[in-house]
Amino acid sequence: MIPTGYYIALAAVLFTIGVLGVLIRRNALIVFMSVELMLNSANLALVAFANARQDTAGQILVFFVIVVAAAEVAVGLALLVTIFRTKRTTSVDEINLLRG
Amino acid sequence: MELVIFGITAIVAVIGALAMLLSRNAVHSALFLLLNFSAIAVLYLLLRAPFLFAIQLIIYAGAIIVLFLFVVMLLGAEQVEEERDTLGWQRPVAIIMGVLLLAEVFVVGLGGANLPQAGQQTDFGSPERVAEALFTTYLLPFEVTSIIILAAIIGVVVLHLQEKRQASE
Repeated sequence: MIPTGYYIALAAVLFTIGVLGVLIRRNALIVFMSVELMLNSANLALVAFANARQDTAGQILVFFVIVVAAAEVAVGLALLVTIFRTKRTTSVDEINLLRG
Repeated sequence: MELVIFGITAIVAVIGALAMLLSRNAVHSALFLLLNFSAIAVLYLLLRAPFLFAIQLIIYAGAIIVLFLFVVMLLGAEQVEEERDTLGWQRPVAIIMGVLLLAEVFVVGLGGANLPQAGQQTDFGSPERVAEALFTTYLLPFEVTSIIILAAIIGVVVLHLQEKRQASE
């Protein structure tokens, strides 16, 4: 039996890597992947707590998070493609105007 | 035995995440992210959540990574980054903040908090139990997700239409 703390520690490490990805990388696609990584680490913590408390609700919440993440990726990548068509870049430093 | 599997999977997950963060090529990043997602799926299996294991593999490893790879290759945006370093002093600050966040989570989560320990019941996460909860207690949120997905579809179509209008002007 693995202690719940191990899973929480792993989720914390993965979340921190995701935060560093958002802060350090300038490619919008990589920033997006880092956001997905953070969502995944939160999911891992939720499933670990669901297992510890023997409660299905945690898994249901993870299911909804995955649904929202899928919708978010679809819209976000469409936005990135649109931005790339007009500005020819995916660097978040170059994307500094609200108008297209 | 379980601990050995957990250890190997955790190491694979962390290596996948770090390689995603550090690799210069966006295609490689997406593939390392796939490795990380697969490792997390194995952890779901260890946590007795077979339904989420399947969902993780189908939606994350299947749909989302393919979408990422597709967009990266469509844009040809593999290497468009960091010929010049525009971050300067912000990079060390970001690393310091990241380490601080990690230390904080460890202190709060593992030092002070009284975490519940894993229980013995084995079938609480079976697909039958998840489906039962999903279609009784959580039926309304389940229906609301259809609106979210509809909004996402409409959003993508509207974005694409604008693109076409700009192209024709």
